[in-house]
Amino acid sequence: MDSLPKESHTLVHVSINGRDYEVPAGSTMVQAMWYTGHEVIHGIGCLGGVCGACATVYRMKGDFRLRNALACQTLVQDGMSFSMLDSYPIQRAHYDVAALTDPKEELFTFYPESATCRNCNACTEVCPQGIDVRDAVWRANFGDFKAVAELTMSCVMCGLCVSRCIAEMAPHEIALYARRAYGAKELPFPSNLKTRLGEIEAGTFSREMNHLLSLSPAELKKECEVKS
Amino acid sequence: MSDLVESFYSRVPVLDETPPPALSPEDRQRLLKSYYPDYRPEGKATLRVGPNAGTVVPEEIATLLESRSRLQGTRIIPDHPDREVDVLIIGGGGAGITAALYAAEQGVSVLLATKLRVGDSNTVMAEGGIQSALGEGDSPVEHFRDTFRGGHGENDPTLLSVLVSEGPRMVEWLVSRGILFDRDPQGNLSLRKGGGTSRPRLISAKDYTGLELIRVLKEDVVNSPVDILEFSPAVELLQGPGGACAGAVLWDLDSRKNIFVKARTVILATGGTGRLHLGGFATSNHFGATGDGLCMAYRMGAKLVHIDSFQYHPTGVIFPSEMAGMLITEAVRGAGARMYNVLGRRFVNELETRDVVASAIIRECSEGRGVPTPSGAFGVYLDLASIDRDAGEGTVTKRFPNIVKLMTRHQVDPTKVPILVYPTLHYQNGGIRTDENAHTSIRNLLVAGEASGGLHGTNRLMGNSLLELFVFGRRAGLEGSKEARERAPFSWKEVSLAHVENFEQALAREFEGAERPIAPSLFPDYRRKDS
Repeated sequence: MDSLPKESHTLVHVSINGRDYEVPAGSTMVQAMWYTGHEVIHGIGCLGGVCGACATVYRMKGDFRLRNALACQTLVQDGMSFSMLDSYPIQRAHYDVAALTDPKEELFTFYPESATCRNCNACTEVCPQGIDVRDAVWRANFGDFKAVAELTMSCVMCGLCVSRCIAEMAPHEIALYARRAYGAKELPFPSNLKTRLGEIEAGTFSREMNHLLSLSPAELKKECEVKS
Repeated sequence: MSDLVESFYSRVPVLDETPPPALSPEDRQRLLKSYYPDYRPEGKATLRVGPNAGTVVPEEIATLLESRSRLQGTRIIPDHPDREVDVLIIGGGGAGITAALYAAEQGVSVLLATKLRVGDSNTVMAEGGIQSALGEGDSPVEHFRDTFRGGHGENDPTLLSVLVSEGPRMVEWLVSRGILFDRDPQGNLSLRKGGGTSRPRLISAKDYTGLELIRVLKEDVVNSPVDILEFSPAVELLQGPGGACAGAVLWDLDSRKNIFVKARTVILATGGTGRLHLGGFATSNHFGATGDGLCMAYRMGAKLVHIDSFQYHPTGVIFPSEMAGMLITEAVRGAGARMYNVLGRRFVNELETRDVVASAIIRECSEGRGVPTPSGAFGVYLDLASIDRDAGEGTVTKRFPNIVKLMTRHQVDPTKVPILVYPTLHYQNGGIRTDENAHTSIRNLLVAGEASGGLHGTNRLMGNSLLELFVFGRRAGLEGSKEARERAPFSWKEVSLAHVENFEQALAREFEGAERPIAPSLFPDYRRKDS
């Protein structure tokens, strides 16, 4: 994404950080901010919907409901009022995944608040990625880290779930812990990787590699069938 | 907008799956020379100042390199540095984080300074995967051959042999941190096929590979002894005794003040240049990819290599325009996605190397066989529906959930209708010349990741950039900490910006006093100019 939507000539009314503007229909929220002269630094990262920097809160005119979105992924609509939540404060556990001995129990050492979920489902409703966050928190509590991994693979760590949690936990951090513990402690080490590491260690490919490195540039191109 | 999308898709022709004609080596050369932006004469300039004077590069790169410092006026160095560290790492993407983790393990003090947040980088956006030769019948030697062939034989063989030989051990490093790569039913790492490779060799985490890597590595670096300074891009390097690097000047984006850092070694991990929009191309790069490291190192005299070579990824979204530049991973073509022109005909084997596929798309669009968009741009259709036909209903949604999610948000269901694509500026193939231990031509200045050059030759294969981050990020971290320990002590009084003065004097001489732009720009400015 860069400057502006190029298809549209109609303008819509929006409010950005409490100030009213007219911006081109078809703009994303971030493009609307650029259009109105905002220099956006906090709140921008990848502009491609994966870095989680642009968590945003908005309402539509005439609707009491508070909604959330990623600003680089969401088109403005007439009557939209929005503000970016540049960074939501969180408490992050300090742990070394390699040193975990009983990850399922240690979850409650690092994130004791995880067990206090009151099932309100607000986290799931707010997630811009459509993750069933509430379910993931419960699966983590019950030690089903594999399910957490599958449920939360698309998490962009934007922290919107934290902003709504009445138990004040950070579900995205809990999910990260569970995914890592699953990968490092539950899944067996991949055997194709193990085999190849052993072969490299034993020098299986050294002779052929050294041969390639001994060639002149022209010989190497010929050897590797460089076509140009 | 949905009316626009609907009317656009009402015009999709019948797609004819007849395979495209095969290309001879001569056909490929002709195609590249005629259409690939690197080989086109327009929009180029010859560098007149600095270590690469005489090289023909894109105009935007010349502007970046032949520029004045952001530090204008009398350049007074404060009496004391604001920070003093053993190793300063500039850039918080995959290479910077890896270097920081390895350097910190060596017991030296490490400061990681980055423009936005740690992890805000091109790494986090990587979709497709990491290339590592793990399959039966595959080997690091085959990986070497494919990469060398893909890079048109311009790759530095030593760098390449390190990449392919140490790749598997870095994959082990990642797996042991709990990074979840896709597995086959036997628990092996699943291997997928990318363009220009003779064997399936891509390790991925669905199409969230970069996100999965960064989520984990960011947590580790935040939890490590590494000191982190966010929203603080470097704007200039500092010079010490004998012309060696001695630190950097950072710019605090919030307080709008300079931060002077004295460092025994500096590792540049500043990434690429996509946000300079070479030739007006859209880009897949993150917001801060403005080539800062190239610019700062060049002023200090660091030699660059292949800085005329860029990767235009064939399949960037071109419609709807608010998504322009967003990448559709090459893995979809590896999985059987096909491309069609406005006539509904295939026009190139979708698994040719990236430069060949991009050239073929540009050819179709410039010869009147492109698909017009409502805003007057052109693209070609990339149809993912054939993946589901070949591999079973639901495969696209299962393997490429991110693409489905992102496109569906904009009313395009890629399991049903083709995505309109055009090449997007994706990667800087060259960069600061480096050796196998991440050295540049400047003492105590190291480089890793996309900012470095030589490894990929003049065309990078998919999955080799992620691998590079870890292999050479590690080497930079280890070598940087070793050099920091071994370096003779020097005084802050010996630290200067003399190289900047000298470079600007050379500019003034060569350009006869004509005003030169200021760089690094740090960010593109997309604000409406009359607002």
